[in-house]
Amino acid sequence: MSADAAAVPHAIPPTAAHSLKKTDRTARRTAVLMLLPAAVLVITFLLIPIGLTFVLAFTNARLISPEPARFIGVDNFVRLFGNDTFWKSLANTVIFAVVIVPIQSAVALGLAVLINTRMRGTNFFRTVYFLPVVTSMVVVSMLWMFMYQPDGLFNVLLAKFGIQGPDWLGDPHWALISIILLSIWQACGFHMVIWLSGLQTIPGELYEAASLDGAGRWQQFVHVTWPGLRQTAIFILITITIAAFSLFTQVNIMTEGGPLDSTSTVVFMAVRTGFQQQQTGYASAISLVFFVIVLAVSLVQRYLTRDKDARR
Amino acid sequence: MSASPTVLATGDSPVATRADKPRRPASFRPGESRPGPARKVLGLVLRIVLALVFGLPLVFMIVSSFKPDLQIFADLGSWAAFLPVGDVSLDNYTAVFDRVPFATFLLNSVFISASTVVFGLIINSMAAFALSRIEFRGQKVILGIVLATLIVPFETMALPLLWWVNTIPYLDGSQGWLDTYAVQIVPFVANAFSIYLFYQYFDSIPKELDEAARVDGAGWFRIYRSIVMPLSGPAVATVAILTFLPAWNQYLWPLMVVQTESLRPVMVGIDYFKQLKVAWGQIMAYATIITVPVLALFVAFQRAFINSIASSGVKG
Repeated sequence: MSADAAAVPHAIPPTAAHSLKKTDRTARRTAVLMLLPAAVLVITFLLIPIGLTFVLAFTNARLISPEPARFIGVDNFVRLFGNDTFWKSLANTVIFAVVIVPIQSAVALGLAVLINTRMRGTNFFRTVYFLPVVTSMVVVSMLWMFMYQPDGLFNVLLAKFGIQGPDWLGDPHWALISIILLSIWQACGFHMVIWLSGLQTIPGELYEAASLDGAGRWQQFVHVTWPGLRQTAIFILITITIAAFSLFTQVNIMTEGGPLDSTSTVVFMAVRTGFQQQQTGYASAISLVFFVIVLAVSLVQRYLTRDKDARR
Repeated sequence: MSASPTVLATGDSPVATRADKPRRPASFRPGESRPGPARKVLGLVLRIVLALVFGLPLVFMIVSSFKPDLQIFADLGSWAAFLPVGDVSLDNYTAVFDRVPFATFLLNSVFISASTVVFGLIINSMAAFALSRIEFRGQKVILGIVLATLIVPFETMALPLLWWVNTIPYLDGSQGWLDTYAVQIVPFVANAFSIYLFYQYFDSIPKELDEAARVDGAGWFRIYRSIVMPLSGPAVATVAILTFLPAWNQYLWPLMVVQTESLRPVMVGIDYFKQLKVAWGQIMAYATIITVPVLALFVAFQRAFINSIASSGVKG
């Protein structure tokens, strides 16, 4: 490469032009060879399936079928938009996201601020708050399902305070709330760590200056901490939102979408139609709707990030 | 846990997190406050309460795994629920081993996640090396594609992917990949986020090292293997952890692609306990044995775990 040649002119032998071309070609060949395995896998198992979503959504493809898939236009979407379970699932997914995004990020920020104070045992507490994150969602779902039993831990504890606990997972009004609670419990340690690394990037001098100016703790938070966390905040909001839209494991293990579709989600519905009922075309239509939502969310993120760069 | 982050903001140095930064000698650390005594007590109480909120359910799980169901429910109303007291035994564990081929599930999970991590480290680091250190045309375009795929969560393409792996020929020429180890490993080896993490890290290693090595006659592959990789320990640890956790926790995918019992991983095995009569003690025992190894790994390599999560976030 020319850049290399400029940096180490003495390395180029008299027949420079010839050998430069040769190294150029070898470099390219090596690069292709090193990229090849990843490229083949990314194309086969990522790019093609993404492309397939757009194709299969307009066909009647089935998972296992002797007949080849046929193009059926927008039939899948007509059927989907006329399906009450779909609207219920979409509503549940949106409610889940709208509730969980602010609460989870706020709780995680609270934990991060609490942990960011120098005190004995900080490491211990951080570890404990983080434990649910390394516990698989499958295990967390089973554990909470156990605690949510009508005669389980939660209701026995509530009864101690004279409160008659609900049938958490069996009551359509409570089932989604129950899933929201455990999801927050499982994930907020993850975002606590990300908030923490954001907090560490704020220069200490700013706090010193603020306290010299007589700013209290809350004022310091509003005028120093929060503005400094803007970038982190955008990242966290987006990751929680997309993860929330992907809600599946908890639902599949704890409620299977019930009772009365009160916990069905977009992904759960896609899996039920595409895997259990083997209607790949229909499931792809659901996936496509999901994909468009995720894309919209990340475009909003792009917009917010650009806004920040412009202000700098 | 879906650990793979979906969106990235711009960041320059990859794995530099709080642990790597030099400690400030002054009493002020960034963002840190110096609480007064009353606040200190309040803060400590709050921390303890939160530790109970996050820790007790796990303690409850582990403790219950040693008790028969009758004892578990009898203990619910008191602190005994969180203490290994009363009728404590390993009965639930022996019942679990009778009920499911646990050793098989465990070996499958270990094999699947280890393979995904090892192949992933090699293939993604090679790709990142080519993208960051060797100059060639089309580099920017390829990197752009890699970054663009980061926003696509696996769940959006899981169903089309299921159809696809059932359609394409398997390694031996027969149709479909369903019901194999390969289908649980190969689709997850190449990972855009791992490539991105390696790419960022490699970019922070001085390029003069390559030039010096090339003057000495080393080829690009040699530079990758003997210079860049040995300097990339933190990136390797980060990618290994961020690959291992989702691989170990895989649930949706193996649920769909594996029918044969002998190929199932541990997470899918939990479905065995939801059928027939529900025995909570046994479920807690199963949950405990598939969780404790990961928790132990986490406690042992805590700093690396936390740094890898932090590095998936934003660097200011």
